[in-house]
Amino acid sequence: MSETAPSAEVPAIRLRQLVKSFGDTNAVDGVDLDIRQGEFFSMLGPSGSGKTTVLRLIAGFELPTSGTIELEGKDVSGKAPFERDVNTVFQDYALFPHMSLVDNVAYGLRVRGMAKAERRERAVEALERVQLGKFVSRRPAQLSGGQRQRVALARALVVEPKVLLLDEPLGALDLKLRQQMQIELKELQRSLGITFIFVTHDQEEALTMSDRIGVFNNGRIAQTGSAHEIYQRPQSEFVANFVGTSNIFGSELAQDIYGRREQFVVRPERLALAWDAVSGSPAGDGGAALRGTVTSAVYVGHATQLHVALDAGPAVVVLSGGELPPADQLIGRQVTVGWAGHDAVWLPDAA
Amino acid sequence: MQLRQPGTGPGTQKAPGSGGGGTTARAAVPRARKNSLSALLDRSPRLRLAGLLTAPAAWLGIVYVAALAALLITALWTVDSFTGKVSQTWTLDNILQALTDPVYQAIALRTLWIALAVTVIDAVLALPIAFFIAKVATARWQKLLVVAVLMPLWASYLVKAYAWRNVLAEGGLLEWLGTPLGLSSPGYSETAVIITLAYIWLPYMILPIHAGFEKVPDSLLEASSDLGAKPWTTMRLVVFPILVPSIIAGTIFTFSLSLGDYITAQIVGGTTQVLGTVVYANVGAANNLPFAAAVSLIPIVIIMVYLFAVRRTGALNNL
Repeated sequence: MSETAPSAEVPAIRLRQLVKSFGDTNAVDGVDLDIRQGEFFSMLGPSGSGKTTVLRLIAGFELPTSGTIELEGKDVSGKAPFERDVNTVFQDYALFPHMSLVDNVAYGLRVRGMAKAERRERAVEALERVQLGKFVSRRPAQLSGGQRQRVALARALVVEPKVLLLDEPLGALDLKLRQQMQIELKELQRSLGITFIFVTHDQEEALTMSDRIGVFNNGRIAQTGSAHEIYQRPQSEFVANFVGTSNIFGSELAQDIYGRREQFVVRPERLALAWDAVSGSPAGDGGAALRGTVTSAVYVGHATQLHVALDAGPAVVVLSGGELPPADQLIGRQVTVGWAGHDAVWLPDAA
Repeated sequence: MQLRQPGTGPGTQKAPGSGGGGTTARAAVPRARKNSLSALLDRSPRLRLAGLLTAPAAWLGIVYVAALAALLITALWTVDSFTGKVSQTWTLDNILQALTDPVYQAIALRTLWIALAVTVIDAVLALPIAFFIAKVATARWQKLLVVAVLMPLWASYLVKAYAWRNVLAEGGLLEWLGTPLGLSSPGYSETAVIITLAYIWLPYMILPIHAGFEKVPDSLLEASSDLGAKPWTTMRLVVFPILVPSIIAGTIFTFSLSLGDYITAQIVGGTTQVLGTVVYANVGAANNLPFAAAVSLIPIVIIMVYLFAVRRTGALNNL
């Protein structure tokens, strides 16, 4: 998109020891992060984890208490939003209510001094790209939520930013539209080659769309990695719990099975069930099998979630894809829960 | 209310979590009491509307419309020059004189000018103040500042006007401050009237504009800046257009209040005559109620024209 193609080594965004305090609390507490050029990067975390504040710091709506923000190698830490080559899609879309769609989209070009005819042409083009070419003269109030979202996207993209910031843009949409927009956003990002930074609290959204994910907790980054790494190899109890469902086994149990005093995690779909509780292990090499009692069964459509209280320790969740008898016949049954050795993920920073 | 459903008296209630005796059944939650009048009103919207509006509509009809109609009619009567009593002979002379006599034309224009000047001054002062209160100040300061804006309204109008009389007087505060800078106090004059009215009506301009700013989400300002607009451009292209109805709502207050004023003009205006003082003089000293009524129709017409002109902007929804 941009005329100068900076070398791939310079990250699109580089955050160094970024801190933002509001009163006594540090909303962002020492974040170091490099976001690569052309990457779809998601900042995932529960509300209050600091992910939105980091986004607002990058956009320039807040100024950091300390630390630096670099945009393509240039320090922009103290710059105003209008001096930064990044654009934002707001959670509430922030469309100007007194302007038509085409004026909304052309706004960024207008304040940059582009001639009326040309900015109008580009705005219409941008609206056509998001399938709103028919509605150019409508007001934002006459649109549905999904349509407003597209206008906000067109408005931010028409000024050709180096980095697009998206602050939970799909939060207000219903599930179907959300899933459709997820795919469209991902395709748009791929075709434009712009760096997208996407803030979300929805782990599924982050997993499906991102090249890389940064998981936020208490103003810090708990883990950075690809969707696969984050899901398969969580490095802390927080990440294991926040991203997907996890069965966490305590260090005592680990000592008994593996002779290693550390917590480990097994995903529900990696646990296997044996209904014959007397003997045998469904597990493979390095695996384990523990006996337990089914306490509840929840049918979730593609599978059944079984909660099993293990005799030796924690209650675990097992995802079973097969056809099962009705719940009332399952509850109370003795089962064996097993897993393969490579499915156990050790949590290095466990207490 | 002393009425209680059985089983809800304090004696039968148990403190939640009081523990022990978990087997004794708690009293059932009382059912909502029946009330046939409420049920009737709930069923019939017309009756509801009648109950709601009868009293205010009657008040509006009698006190408001009737008084205005009486004024209009009085303007068409005359005063018997011997007895000084109003005689009910129909004539347009009063209205014609008020409109065509150069003296009254000049007074009408001066009053209009004063009202316009007050309105413009108030709008210019109120915009930054309201912006600061709504968008810059912290939540705590916001409340304090709104109270501070409202506070002068608690003081009597007369007290405020006389306070300004002191400020503007010979040897008053303004002269004392202005002399070293080579400025002189306007004294008791038309300018003094404008300054004093602008002060007295300022809260009526700040409040609607403040409410207007509150309705502009911060994200709109951020979005504008994000898209490359500098603060002044954001004000011009985003904030101001959204605020226009609120500003007009404020101008309706300051304009109409200034147009009808006669007290400030008497206290700080010196010899300045405005429509209000003409009405006052004709009701009192000149004892010519029909002519006073005719003159008072002028500001009414001006305000109606103004309201008609601004009705499309949506300002009337912001009053």
